[in-house]
Amino acid sequence: MTATEPAEKLLSPVLSASWDDHRPWSLETYHRHEGYQGLRKALAMDPDALIALVKESGLRGRGGAGFPTGLKWQFIPQNDGKPHYLVVNADESEPGTCKDIPLLFANPHALIEGMVIASYAIRCEHAFIYLRGEVVPVLRRLHAAVAEAYQAGYLGRDILGSGVDLDITVHAGAGAYICGEETALLDSLEGRRGQPRLRPPFPAIAGLYACPTVVNNVESIASVPSILARGKEWFTSLGTEKSPGFTLYSLSGHVTNPGQYEAPLGVTLRQLLDISGGVRSGHRLKFWTPGGSSTPMFTDEHLDVPLDYEGVGAAGSMLGTKALQIFDETTCVVRAVTRWTEFYAHESCGKCTPCREGTYWLVQLLKRIEAGAGEAGDLEKLLDIADNINGKSFCALGDGAASPISSSLQYFRAEYEQHLAERRCPFDPAAATVWADAKQAKAPQPATEREVHA
Amino acid sequence: MNSTDLGLPALPAKPYPPEVHARLAVDAKELIARYPQARSALLPLLHLVQAEEGFVSATGIRFCAEQLELTTAEATAVATFYTMYRRRPAGEYHVGVCTNTLCAVLGGDQIFEELQEHLGIGNNETTEDGKLSIEHIECNAACDYAPVVMVNWEFFDNQTPQSAKQLVDDLRAGAEVRPTRGAKLCSFKQTARILSGFPDTREGANEESGAGGAPSLAGLRLAKGESLPGAPGARVVSPRAEGTEA
Repeated sequence: MTATEPAEKLLSPVLSASWDDHRPWSLETYHRHEGYQGLRKALAMDPDALIALVKESGLRGRGGAGFPTGLKWQFIPQNDGKPHYLVVNADESEPGTCKDIPLLFANPHALIEGMVIASYAIRCEHAFIYLRGEVVPVLRRLHAAVAEAYQAGYLGRDILGSGVDLDITVHAGAGAYICGEETALLDSLEGRRGQPRLRPPFPAIAGLYACPTVVNNVESIASVPSILARGKEWFTSLGTEKSPGFTLYSLSGHVTNPGQYEAPLGVTLRQLLDISGGVRSGHRLKFWTPGGSSTPMFTDEHLDVPLDYEGVGAAGSMLGTKALQIFDETTCVVRAVTRWTEFYAHESCGKCTPCREGTYWLVQLLKRIEAGAGEAGDLEKLLDIADNINGKSFCALGDGAASPISSSLQYFRAEYEQHLAERRCPFDPAAATVWADAKQAKAPQPATEREVHA
Repeated sequence: MNSTDLGLPALPAKPYPPEVHARLAVDAKELIARYPQARSALLPLLHLVQAEEGFVSATGIRFCAEQLELTTAEATAVATFYTMYRRRPAGEYHVGVCTNTLCAVLGGDQIFEELQEHLGIGNNETTEDGKLSIEHIECNAACDYAPVVMVNWEFFDNQTPQSAKQLVDDLRAGAEVRPTRGAKLCSFKQTARILSGFPDTREGANEESGAGGAPSLAGLRLAKGESLPGAPGARVVSPRAEGTEA
């Protein structure tokens, strides 16, 4: 692929292919787009062969960690006499991440079909969708789609005459980022505070109700029906050798056309910007995240990094959720990192000391630096605290909190030092807003009014 | 309140009046039956009692605990962990302004500042008429529609300070307000009932606002050979200027 390749060739809509059709959330429209064809093929297979097929397709988890989906399914012990559970992680809350919510809003049946396939493979008769609570429009669509699937015989007893049974419970969370961590999610689904569990045992051995459990991201499961319907050769023909397939890249921030761009794994940000109109007019890229705020930030030096698990990893970050948050030169990196850090401090569950105390102190330091009250040694202290959180916390939330600190200091240390030296933030927040340029185009904004708005 | 009671209500909390208790017990039974183990229904039950009173009261917690054979301490520990459960009465419309980094930078901070000034209330406060409460919220998974405002957890995308102020004025005036993604607004209590697990029964609610706005469709349009604004040969309107479409 080259940067000059036309968009039609660069992109590969699969999950999003039906979104401009009439009522794409309905079963009727889903049927018109090969809906539930993958399930029919799956039910004709032996469950172990089905697991092998998904493994051979190379599908990797789309929720951030990139763990092979088929392998996760294979870890479930069979003939153990215990119930098995499938839990879909729809707690999409990582800052910048906005793929599962539009996917579920427009195409909920892709998830439901994938869940029936996965449940058949792992021998599960009761599956759950753990949806974050703050997205009622999506909850509404899921309630309706699950009801439709029951009515059509895709859920319930003896699905499509196969003798297979499956119930799906849609479960709304109640506002806690930490529940996106799979063991915290399981505790929450058991009616407890959402705090991560010590591993091992892993959920595959002792998950929900201490039974073997697969926890998969929405997009991972929703990708499965197409692999069944079109074959693993089709799937591996997309993407790269170690990161096969297609995925949703979410472009947001200071770009001309934010949105969902479904493409084979391995495209670059330069390619995505080229086809979509680039950074907003008159501005240039300053920093960006490849996969949400927990993935170390990149700069304009990283425009040609292949956005697959290996490429982003080799460049010092993580593919994460493919949440490409773009910030231009009007953005203060200290402000951005301060706000993310406040988020982590707010969402820290309090279970482990490095994360609970560390994020608190990071916020104190960052706020005073941003306000121009930083002191000599503050930057070293920031790095020291971040280092004491990273890898030393109970779960990945702590590692995520350290990422923006260390990566921003790696690339933008001079900007932090400028805050210390000038004893103020050198940026005007009004210039970074969506409406800043529109106003300027109409009439020059008097500086006083800008300050009021800031 | 004296200095030693920490503002905590007297225990044990009063039960619901018998008729309310009976009605909620039927709902609770249905929710509990959806799970292999009863305690899993605790979050749904907390949404259910919030739907009854608009917040999670000590009475509501007592009800949940009794249904699940937990202590009120156990139920309280869970209720206070999650930010969506309100601990005191608040507005009929709950306005959340995203001020996580991306929305904040793109204008969410300014929207939140101007809304507070416009309404004369601060973060987590309620207007005197009880109509609105306002809160800054964390990332709501709609960054491609930034800056984002949520009302009763329905999406109001691509907001400006002007549009957000108009929105709250309309809500206070009792005008019908429709989100860019989601259904015509219902009250916070009705929203909480949907969250507890009882589907929205309003006719057509599930059909409203289409499949998503221009950002959701951007990649698909390009893949079909259409162009986007600002990219060569633009044929579609800018997502920033366009509302949500069917």
